[in-house]
Amino acid sequence: MQNSSLDGGFSNREIDAAYAFRALMNAMAKPGTVADITGASAPAPLSAAASTALLTLCDADTPIYLAGEFDNQAIKDWISFHIGAPISTRESAQFAVGRLKDLLPIDGFPVGTAEYPDRSTTLIVEMDELSEKGSVLSGPGIKDTTCFGLPGDVALFQSNSTMFPLGLDFMFTSGSKIAALPRTTKVA
Amino acid sequence: MSEQAYNFAYLDEQTKRMIRRAILKGLAIPGYQVPFASREMPMPYGWGTGGVQVSAATLTPDDVFKVIDQGADDTTNAVSIRKFFEKTADVKTTTNTKAASVIQTRHRIPEDELGDDQILVYQVPIPEPLRFLEPRETETRKMHALEEYGLMHVKLYEDISKNGRIATSYAYPVKVEDRYVMDPSPIPKFDNPKMEMSAIQLFGAGREQRIYALPPYTKVVSLDFEDHPFDPSRAPHCCSICGASDSYLDEVIINDDGGRMFVCSDTDYCERRVAEGHTGVQVSGDAA
Amino acid sequence: MYVAVKGGERAIDNAHAWLAEERRGDKKVPELSVDQIREQLSLAINRVMAEGSLYDPDLAALAIKQSRGDLIEAIFLIRAYRTTLPRFGYSEPIETSKMACDRRISATFKDLPGGQVLGPTFDYTHRLLDFKLAADGEIPDAPNKQANQENVPHVAEFLNNEGLIQQETRSDATPPDLTREPLELPADRALRLQALTRADEGFTLGMAYSSQRGYARNHAFVGELRIGAVAVEIDVPELGFAIEIGEITVTECETVNQFQGSKTEPAQFTRGYGLVFGQTERKAISMALVDRALRWEELGEDDLGAPVQDAEFVLYHSDNIQATGFLEHIKLPHYVDFQAELELVRNLRKTAFESQKMEAAE
Repeated sequence: MQNSSLDGGFSNREIDAAYAFRALMNAMAKPGTVADITGASAPAPLSAAASTALLTLCDADTPIYLAGEFDNQAIKDWISFHIGAPISTRESAQFAVGRLKDLLPIDGFPVGTAEYPDRSTTLIVEMDELSEKGSVLSGPGIKDTTCFGLPGDVALFQSNSTMFPLGLDFMFTSGSKIAALPRTTKVA
Repeated sequence: MSEQAYNFAYLDEQTKRMIRRAILKGLAIPGYQVPFASREMPMPYGWGTGGVQVSAATLTPDDVFKVIDQGADDTTNAVSIRKFFEKTADVKTTTNTKAASVIQTRHRIPEDELGDDQILVYQVPIPEPLRFLEPRETETRKMHALEEYGLMHVKLYEDISKNGRIATSYAYPVKVEDRYVMDPSPIPKFDNPKMEMSAIQLFGAGREQRIYALPPYTKVVSLDFEDHPFDPSRAPHCCSICGASDSYLDEVIINDDGGRMFVCSDTDYCERRVAEGHTGVQVSGDAA
Repeated sequence: MYVAVKGGERAIDNAHAWLAEERRGDKKVPELSVDQIREQLSLAINRVMAEGSLYDPDLAALAIKQSRGDLIEAIFLIRAYRTTLPRFGYSEPIETSKMACDRRISATFKDLPGGQVLGPTFDYTHRLLDFKLAADGEIPDAPNKQANQENVPHVAEFLNNEGLIQQETRSDATPPDLTREPLELPADRALRLQALTRADEGFTLGMAYSSQRGYARNHAFVGELRIGAVAVEIDVPELGFAIEIGEITVTECETVNQFQGSKTEPAQFTRGYGLVFGQTERKAISMALVDRALRWEELGEDDLGAPVQDAEFVLYHSDNIQATGFLEHIKLPHYVDFQAELELVRNLRKTAFESQKMEAAE
């Protein structure tokens, strides 16, 4: 455990990022599948998985919104030093990090436009644990169905998927574990 | 300058992050072309720079990399791209489809079924399936936004009324998850049905600055009409080398009299069949 | 017996070896040095720097040597190198009114403050092959005069003071950067200018020429053409002020175009703008004409359907590295797609032939 904003980056920048991205890609391509992702560790309470996702994907071009307890100076300093991303409002966030309750209401985040549906926020939702039990998921990346324990009210994710091709994409993190739920996934 | 002066897999980290973000959005919106700020690569635009950038952002040191062009591992451009990653990313390479974790391809999908631990990276010249009907990007973008694909159906139907069949034999357009019409890259339409697969498919168009993707098991339907269903036919022959009757074939002219034979375009598939003892019927000189 | 073609790797290695040999040429002739190219083929250097978007005469010279004088190939080498370079900072806009001018001419005024300076131009040379150069390149020294140290005002400002030329609105907004973001349309003027300054010289010239000949004619005068060195400064946040990090030579062209007024604008002169690395005046003038033509919408002019008015057409086809790559890629094997086409054509012919037979039989 470290707490300085100067620590907690990748020890082997290019290689760590390559492995981390592969984990992120597999997660996004196979919704609901829980995988390991490590390499970075930001100050608490940001998990290793969320730290690594941010360090792999974000830079000065990607505004980040920090919600609730994640909106603290130590995390901001860490992001500033390692990533250089601007801390932003919900409305201009490309990435957002927080507990689901602090990210609500999610309709404040951009969901993309009809011509550019990719211009939407990716929400990194920190959880106590990730479980491959729970809601039944189907859609691209899933052979028939799979299960994942979604946080909060499933209606939130159901209504997000009805907006397709617009919508938000989710990553769920806990410790060194990650899973994802893109807008295409249907939640039963 | 030696290649040591360059970053792992050639691209700088900021560029990789930009490409990686585009890949993730592509996976989240299957079939939608995500704009990305393609970089000049040390090979020309049109020679696989999109696929190379996607591979560069995807490869890890543990990967085993395979490159095919027209189905073959030893075509000159496939050799050139394979060497590039051997040098810049120090990855192991293979010609064996089943042993590869990342396969970069131009114009073919391997005959062997790919598994869920594999990634297929396509080189795409013109990612916009509507481009030949409407040259303006501003217009085609609107059509995708409004899901307005009438123009494409009219074109295909005109083919049928003129020729009795759809006169598109490669880069045959598909519809993804009932939403986006997508260009499968210039693969023969024979390969289209394979696109519903368990591997991740990534598409990179460097010059046109677009990345798109298909997660495993994504619904991919070749456009057709009820009275003219899609027909993934191939040349009605067997491979002269391995005897395969289920593979896509190249036609080879073997003498001045126009004698020709047909051989598998997937060289790895063909070689393995030969090693397993399969043989074809060699034709010699007769105009088939 | 037929076996599939093998040996792509050896063929490539051998081709590269042969290429290196051809590059060197006859070994009895002394090898060309990078310094010689930089000093004696400076206009080629300038084009490579301008279209390669990297101001480095030594690297441009190396690229020209490596590419055997194929300038588009040299530009490609520079672009591919440039894209790997990290960015340490962003410069302040260069101040061309403070340029140390080697050349400065105006076609609109006979004389003007700052004077007309012909500079090192081909303009009034007679294009007769100079066989003395083949024998002996020695030249007498050119006469010298102390350079003008004062600011050289822009010609357009004189018209501006009279209200006769359309005002350009000043903006401190950060311009878009097409080397970092994908080109998006509609493109604003800053983005169009960035694309044009690295555009292929031949393409830009052809587009400009078409506008002179009547495809969206925009009768242009060279209000001013100036070539010279300007300082490049970067702002250092720790210091709180900008420091000069070097000097570059640029060519700037401002055209003055007749404009009879439109639904939205009164009769006045309008401008086109060109700014290019190095002494590259054909390119800078062409750029200014194309810029002016692309401004039809903003100035309330009619869309005449001319190619030079079509931003999407111009911007998507002006980059010679994209164009040459895609053009040359048709040399790559296409036998899979071709095979698919072969089968299709055979089938179409068979269908047509059969239906003819049927008709004949009926």
